[in-house]
Amino acid sequence: MQVIGTVLRICILSALLAGGQAGAATIAISCGALGQELEVCRDGVRAWERRTGHTVQLVSTPNSSSERLALYQQLLAARAPDIDVFQIDVVWPGILANHFLDLTPYARESATRHFPAVVENNTVDGRLVAIPWFTDAPMLYYRTDLLRKYSEPVPETWRELTRIAQRIQNAERAAGNDRLWGFVWQGRAYEGLTCVALDWIASHGGGTVVEPDGTISIRNPRAAKALTLAAGWVGTISPRGVLNHAEEESRGVFQSGNALFMRNWSYAWPLVNGEGSPVRGRVGVAALPAGEGGSSAATLGGWQLAVSRYSRHPELAADLVMHLTGRAEQKRRAIVGAYNPTIPELYRDDEVIRANPFYETLLGTFLNAVPRPSTVTGVRYNRVSSAFWSATHAVIAGQSDAETALRSLERNLMRLSRGGKW
Amino acid sequence: MVEARAPTYLDRQRLRTAWLFLAPALLLLLAVAAWPLARTIWFGFTDAFLGDLSAAAFIGLENYLVRYDERWYGLLADPQWWRAVRNTLLFTVVSVTLETVLGVTIALVLNAEFPGRAWVRAAVLVPWAIPTIVSAKMWSWMLNDQFGIVNHALISIGALSQPLAWTAEPGLAMASVILVDVWKTTPFVTLLALAALQLVPKSCYEAAKLDGAGPVRTFFSITLPIVRPALMVAVVFRALDALRVFDVIYVLTSNSVDTMSMSIFARQQLVDFQDMGYGSAAATLLFFIVALAVSVLLTAGRVRLADRGVLR
Repeated sequence: MQVIGTVLRICILSALLAGGQAGAATIAISCGALGQELEVCRDGVRAWERRTGHTVQLVSTPNSSSERLALYQQLLAARAPDIDVFQIDVVWPGILANHFLDLTPYARESATRHFPAVVENNTVDGRLVAIPWFTDAPMLYYRTDLLRKYSEPVPETWRELTRIAQRIQNAERAAGNDRLWGFVWQGRAYEGLTCVALDWIASHGGGTVVEPDGTISIRNPRAAKALTLAAGWVGTISPRGVLNHAEEESRGVFQSGNALFMRNWSYAWPLVNGEGSPVRGRVGVAALPAGEGGSSAATLGGWQLAVSRYSRHPELAADLVMHLTGRAEQKRRAIVGAYNPTIPELYRDDEVIRANPFYETLLGTFLNAVPRPSTVTGVRYNRVSSAFWSATHAVIAGQSDAETALRSLERNLMRLSRGGKW
Repeated sequence: MVEARAPTYLDRQRLRTAWLFLAPALLLLLAVAAWPLARTIWFGFTDAFLGDLSAAAFIGLENYLVRYDERWYGLLADPQWWRAVRNTLLFTVVSVTLETVLGVTIALVLNAEFPGRAWVRAAVLVPWAIPTIVSAKMWSWMLNDQFGIVNHALISIGALSQPLAWTAEPGLAMASVILVDVWKTTPFVTLLALAALQLVPKSCYEAAKLDGAGPVRTFFSITLPIVRPALMVAVVFRALDALRVFDVIYVLTSNSVDTMSMSIFARQQLVDFQDMGYGSAAATLLFFIVALAVSVLLTAGRVRLADRGVLR
């Protein structure tokens, strides 16, 4: 609790230092800091500052989305006006809705320009609590040079991925490249593991843990098969360390040239291809592989911007949100940072496609991404997700077999939902 | 001894003055310790939700134990809570034992005369001076499985053939956490033990030497009994700290159930799950477990905190 206490104190202190100027107001926005996220956010904010003459203060937040939510919940429960604009995950509108302003009057017709599914996701009890900023879906990053060297195709099923990763890892290690791993992903016990495990299970046709009608579907043989397969990777094609890896740890291994495949979000694309990246120009992306008897599935990610009810300058904050989520800014962000627009027409924009050639092939993945069960579970989503990632972590760490873990997870979820009545 | 006699006017006046001087401190303690504690205990009997505390309703002991559909629910029937209790006790016993043994050993070395002793004494304190968040983060990078220096060093000297995932491997995570805690807090024990060692009169050692006692006998018959009271205070302080450990574990392994302590469990319920009632119940139990452990330690160790000879 000391960590959060310290962060809170810093936020409050910086707000005190920044406040107190008349005329030009100061708006505080929380931006993620994954990869180059904070810099890209800062550039967008500067343009608004120049236009309006107000100042914006960037508050950087923890990389782990679980910790970021915890910080937000503390700030908002205390009704702290320290942060005006919050960057929130696609699964949070249901949890945080009460603390945010209804942005309908500010968005007006522009709301219809975004992906309808995301707008619907951000609408809680008829209130538009957040505007879509960027959408996201995980992709399979692969090393084009290594696949060519061994004349292997880009894997289309998890089984194929396992085989290719094992073969190339063995061959490369025999040739002296002894730090090479086949496949890196996010296995730490946090929200990211919920996404990763949902990719696997949904691609095996094993459902989405809790179905939209509230049925708890997680205890099924396909889900167990998916988890068993993944547990087999740890220590063979993936280092044991993936059990504590989040996004940036995976990218660290992949970008330094020590992994053949990586599961990661699209933010990694400009970075692995950036200047100074050891694997620059040797990386390709594809849709995640399909499971046996299923088809490729990617968990829906993405971030929204919301305005705190406790903000001292709600109009200005909403104006900043409209600027950042507008067409021009989304286009700029897509080009410099591969932050996938939430405005469909940008996927047909030539400049955007030139920066992100995968948009043409992967648009379907983004459009059909699998949502986490946050709508049906509402304020209990956090507990559901935590129970799910803990069970998954026990399986991939080898502490429990998939059947046992899923049986106790089902019981756990039954108890949480009082028998499926969310 | 003071003779028993009727209190005089002067005595009563002194008593009043004493209360007057104590009042601000007592009020402050009531405001910052007693009131929050009472509120936490109260919330433990409600179904409070962090997002909206005004809607809290009294639900009796349901957060602790309730029978529902032929099954027991509540904290006392929650396997994850008991896991957290076990983790915390294991962490406390192992880390405090190691810190005490190492702390006394280092203090004995530092108590000897050697050139540059002042510098070494200052250097020993460095880990204690670094904020836990900083040192835990530093260790988490050093222990990283892919680019951590610990693996690199162990592989270069041939002690390991494969890098180990120190903070990820379920069997290693607790050991890593304890290692970091021992690194950080041994200086505290060293400091207290060293202060006590310097109080041992030289004449005792000279007498022991004349009687022909060896170094081992001298240590157990003279040094240890004399430093024991101070050492027990150090152990009690460390045990108190260790039972409510949060930061070092949270930074190294976050919410992982393998290393989750009671404080981390309570925080997860309170903050992540917004369940003020259940989380407060956990915090209340944590408080009573700490209180129990300390009273056992104080009784068993026959420590008199008020003894003027100890806290000099």
